[in-house]
Amino acid sequence: MLELTFLFFIIGAGTGGELCVSHAMKLVGEVHDFRPAAIMQFVGRAARVGWMWVGISLMTLAFFSLLAMLSMENVSFVVPITALSYAAGTIGATMFLREKVSRQRWLGVLVVCIGVTLVWLSRR
Amino acid sequence: MKDSPGLHLKTYVLILFIAFFAPLGNVLLSKGMKTIGSARNWEPRQLFHILSQILASGYIWLGIACLLAFFIAYMLVLTWADYSYVQPASSFAYAVVAILGLLLLGEKVNLLRWFGIVVICVGVFIVGHTHPRTTEKT
Repeated sequence: MLELTFLFFIIGAGTGGELCVSHAMKLVGEVHDFRPAAIMQFVGRAARVGWMWVGISLMTLAFFSLLAMLSMENVSFVVPITALSYAAGTIGATMFLREKVSRQRWLGVLVVCIGVTLVWLSRR
Repeated sequence: MKDSPGLHLKTYVLILFIAFFAPLGNVLLSKGMKTIGSARNWEPRQLFHILSQILASGYIWLGIACLLAFFIAYMLVLTWADYSYVQPASSFAYAVVAILGLLLLGEKVNLLRWFGIVVICVGVFIVGHTHPRTTEKT
């Protein structure tokens, strides 16, 4: 049960964090200038977006959940299972970022889910 | 992505870097957490003890350094290569983590898990072959 809770945080908070950061980056705008001063200005602009901090907080929660999960399970089990974030990310992107996901991408997500199920079944 | 041998070489080197350092980071985090012990006890005192051990663990900091190196390489390669090219190419990291887990941590990886990992790689490959942008440019 504890493992499932940590898995929920790794996938849920990790994907939620990435979606928040992605949303924040879209608000900041595309990067065209890669000179150090311009990148520093870009980082400064990103740091003033609230969604960025929500994203970073969620990603921190996901990181500590990953550490907790790694203290209980093998890394060859935990890391492949986190590929479920492709499914969570795709669902989140359609719901919150209004991205149009093609059939091919849904097929890829389905294949990832089948792979994760196989890894889960290999547990013991 | 402009087509030149130098750019291809640079891309391959960085993708190899990504596919090695992300799994290595996770393996080192795993090694660090295994020496600290299982995080099943949620008593505040025990939790504080675990947190202080995490912060004092060399393996954890090495793991974080590897993950940072991976992240920088990932961001760098995305400045010239397509996301739809980098993402499937770096999916091999799922196989590398199992290989490193087997070699460095002595984990037992059964046939079903290998098969599952291959299926995940195929799935990521399919996802990566879709168009990376589905919304209008702002």
